[in-house]
Amino acid sequence: MEETNFNIMDCALIAIATGEKAQNLRELGDYLKNTHQGCLYYHFWGAHLHSHFDDLEFQNDFAIWTSRKLNDSKISEQLSLIDPNIYKDMEELRTEVIEIIEQQLYELEYVPWAKRGQEFHFIRSQIVIFDTGVFVNDPKDLLKRIPEMSIGSIFYHFIDSRRRLPDNRNDFSVWLDRFRNKYTGLIKDLDMIDPYFTTLNELRQDINTVFINYFEGGTA
Amino acid sequence: MKNLLEQYASIVGDVVIDHIRQLAAPLKGMKILHINSTKEGGGVAEILNRLIPLKRELGIDAEWEIITGEKDFYQCTKKMHNSLQGNRDEISDTLYSVYEKTNLRNFERLKTKLEQADVVFIHDPQPAALLYHCKDRKGKWLWRCHIDVSHPYRPVWKYLREYIKDYDASIWSVSTFVQPLSHPMYLIPPSIDPLSEKNIVLSEKEISAFFDSWKINRSFPVISQVSRFDRFKDPIGVIQSYRLVKKYIPVQLVLAGGGASDDPEGGQVLKEIKTFANHDPDIHILELPPDAHRAINALQRGSDIIIQKSLKEGFGLTVTEGLWKGKPVIAGDTGGITLQVINHFNGFRVNTPEGAALRIRYLLKHPEIMETMGKNARQFVLDNYLITRHLREYLTLVVALLYGSEEKIELNLPAR
Repeated sequence: MEETNFNIMDCALIAIATGEKAQNLRELGDYLKNTHQGCLYYHFWGAHLHSHFDDLEFQNDFAIWTSRKLNDSKISEQLSLIDPNIYKDMEELRTEVIEIIEQQLYELEYVPWAKRGQEFHFIRSQIVIFDTGVFVNDPKDLLKRIPEMSIGSIFYHFIDSRRRLPDNRNDFSVWLDRFRNKYTGLIKDLDMIDPYFTTLNELRQDINTVFINYFEGGTA
Repeated sequence: MKNLLEQYASIVGDVVIDHIRQLAAPLKGMKILHINSTKEGGGVAEILNRLIPLKRELGIDAEWEIITGEKDFYQCTKKMHNSLQGNRDEISDTLYSVYEKTNLRNFERLKTKLEQADVVFIHDPQPAALLYHCKDRKGKWLWRCHIDVSHPYRPVWKYLREYIKDYDASIWSVSTFVQPLSHPMYLIPPSIDPLSEKNIVLSEKEISAFFDSWKINRSFPVISQVSRFDRFKDPIGVIQSYRLVKKYIPVQLVLAGGGASDDPEGGQVLKEIKTFANHDPDIHILELPPDAHRAINALQRGSDIIIQKSLKEGFGLTVTEGLWKGKPVIAGDTGGITLQVINHFNGFRVNTPEGAALRIRYLLKHPEIMETMGKNARQFVLDNYLITRHLREYLTLVVALLYGSEEKIELNLPAR
């Protein structure tokens, strides 16, 4: 059935500096009010597709900077706990980040500063999306396809999907919904995967494990 | 014989190469021209040496040309380089005039190619003024900056900015290097080529032969720094670190430098290093020709620790090379090194000769930590800094430039 085909897409990201840089916490908040919406996306999600060190301690660039360069562990912990999945859109996410920063500024007696050369540089991205030409019409075929997917495909179907689809969902689950109630357990397990505290390689592995467990009882 | 892309697939995997092929599909047949100022020596030439054949294999009509000049031209561009990295190196009007005339002369020589190219990549300040002369250009022009321009000497940047502002976009290695401009400023870190002579796997026999030929005794630790003989690389600071370590642990230092044809200061700096080394038999100063890639490979593979104590650095490809060889790297806390060396993960970033000495002593005392860091180092480069990632980002950038400025660009490609 044509309508049940799952087209495997791929994407590649290129980072763009906006030229905005914050030297202290107040400037970070101020820039965030007006900066390109794509900056929020990049600093929470997009950096996964750009060369970087997977920081094990903090989950987004704002948290890393406030910890490492402003030495403010309180705000970095608060920023790190923001789960971008739960916000309706980037504007809601922006409001939350600004709120946390402003609350901290209200409580502090001084504004924490970074040294020269350690400013926060705002980055946004452009994403090129392309069709790989590969599609599956039987969910079981994804067992073979997922390990072969590029990290760009994983990003597109599991992370970028959250901006395209209602309720922050992933493309696999939405596609499986079309099979009526046939794959309810699989959908539930996929929806349970938290894409935030992981690398794209690990995410691919997590998705693969869910498919293996469902179709092969975890024996493969 | 495998083609180039197949050879890379054996290192990075088929998935990565497939991804690149698909991204390149809409660019087939396009004329992409790269211009820099030297075919030998330095990271830019090394990258272009492999990027061009890779692009051609993907069906892109890629070419690489260099601009040429007299001694005064290189003196001027070296001063520009120093000034952009923060040194107050005044440039006389006479030298500026040489710069402009040399660019004009090169434009006239390359006119047809420059006018007809779909995309022109201009690398670094040397050929930056070519755009000014190319009034009938057809394609998009990008200025690719490989150096650290985070705190430039303002008068020189101001001069150069007049040429650069008219480009369609610029490309920077690290966000901290970016100077505000009104066009899109893309971020693409450079890369190393795992299949090049400098990075391919060597036999232990070949590595030993190299050390024997330079009479370097590997029975006690070898620390090496590979870089141009340049003050920004702080070779004197490296010798100071070595002397601080040697009080506690027998150690040897190798300073290996290859000249680049566009660097007129190398000889003077080499003289200063030799004077400071003062005939210490455990300091080996290796003057290598620009094409001594295999020798550098052997040196890095046979060393215990790689050092790159730069005071200013563009990206620091010698750091990437050292990491790729599974070695912990102790490097200056500057420029692109901050993206590559993560404290306690794959090496240490340092700010002083004392800091470097402390970390060298620590690592030599903990070989098991050195081994873990070495493994992390190699994997980190595999994930982030190989030429396949660089190629992917260049292709993404060209697609993005040609297809619009939206945040998301959807290509309607025919199925494979």
